[in-house]
Amino acid sequence: MAHGEQPPAIDHLPSAVWKALAAVPDPEIPVVSITDMGMVRDVTVDSGGRVQVTFTPTFSGCPALHVIRESIEQAVRALGVQDVEVRSTLTPPWTTDWINEDARERLRQYGIAPPAPAGEGPLIQLDAEPTRCPRCSSLNVRMTASFGPTLCKRMYVCDSCKEPFEGFKSV
Amino acid sequence: MTAAIEALSTAQTQALIRRLTALADDEIILAHRGGEWTGHAPILEEDIALANIAQDELGHATLYLGLRTELDGTDPDRLAFFRDADEYTSTRFVELPRGDWAFTMLRQFLYDTFEALWLEAATRSTYAPLAAVAAKAVREEKFHVQHTALWAERLALGTEESRRRTQTALEGLWPHAAQLFQPVEGEAELVAAGLVPDLGAVQARWHDLVTRHLADKCGLILPETGAEPAPRTVHTEHLAPLLAEMQRVAREHPNAEVW
Repeated sequence: MAHGEQPPAIDHLPSAVWKALAAVPDPEIPVVSITDMGMVRDVTVDSGGRVQVTFTPTFSGCPALHVIRESIEQAVRALGVQDVEVRSTLTPPWTTDWINEDARERLRQYGIAPPAPAGEGPLIQLDAEPTRCPRCSSLNVRMTASFGPTLCKRMYVCDSCKEPFEGFKSV
Repeated sequence: MTAAIEALSTAQTQALIRRLTALADDEIILAHRGGEWTGHAPILEEDIALANIAQDELGHATLYLGLRTELDGTDPDRLAFFRDADEYTSTRFVELPRGDWAFTMLRQFLYDTFEALWLEAATRSTYAPLAAVAAKAVREEKFHVQHTALWAERLALGTEESRRRTQTALEGLWPHAAQLFQPVEGEAELVAAGLVPDLGAVQARWHDLVTRHLADKCGLILPETGAEPAPRTVHTEHLAPLLAEMQRVAREHPNAEVW
């Protein structure tokens, strides 16, 4: 940020933009950022200082999309950039495989079981992927609801430590 | 080979608009029917699950109408909230009142299976923007099919009462399900160009899958296929009241920027 009365120095490097975006939390799971989630796909800065950020929605009906879009714009503007364009893309479709390792650990500590590798399973698949209790690491868990409080999660109970918990869907 | 907007003929563009709108209209109306259960579903988890599914279906409608926007510049919100019943192109299948839980779950299962299979085929569309939307939506639709297939099983193999209700629901829904597979005007040309899936092929796969699940696994009796389905312009008397409720806030505050 700026020092004293000087206007903020505009850093034209995409790396500065990436760094700023890494501090934008996922509105529904604040322990991870939108870059941790793999939602930011591309950052370009042209010679005129115009910044273009491309992101991909996690779920098409996610109610937080507007908030995410605005947060991206705000974070880039806070770098002193005047001209920001936030674009969204569906290709390639977002997958939970893009959630980075570090973020998976934070999800676990927050009490959300991270997703198993998504892979390209058959269209109609009735068996749920193996899930580990985020508290005691037991695989002795039961899914109690296949849809949770947000589109990306399911509800489980651990039969070892008896705690209910949320688990990320593998998409 | 992939086609871009510029590569579409005028006739193809018009037919594609009709197909996308038909898909979106079914999603919007079914999502509303699902939403009617919010606060009323048998158990809290199912209340939440159905709300999730309805939210996904609305997300898919947004994707389809977003594709339409690219073709003709129309605003998805205006289409959803300011068209009257006679301008909607939803099927009678999705318009029917929500009925009991068996009716709701069975309709959702029949619809989800159709949508998942259609989307899977649409991932191979030569129209790249549609292929991208399908690749996105099919991942979400899979979860719906898993969920509603289990409900169909649970209800059909549950108690005498749940079985009776499920069979009754199937009989009420079956004559209308064929309408989902009716092509829109000009659709044959889209299929020939590889732009959209062939509904006949999707229907064959759907029929096979649904029969294996509902008849073979759940022991339900599939009714005889009925007469030629009604066109998408012929609505039930249930659509107008549904729209009146769904569109009320938007129409009362047409200039509001946030609802």
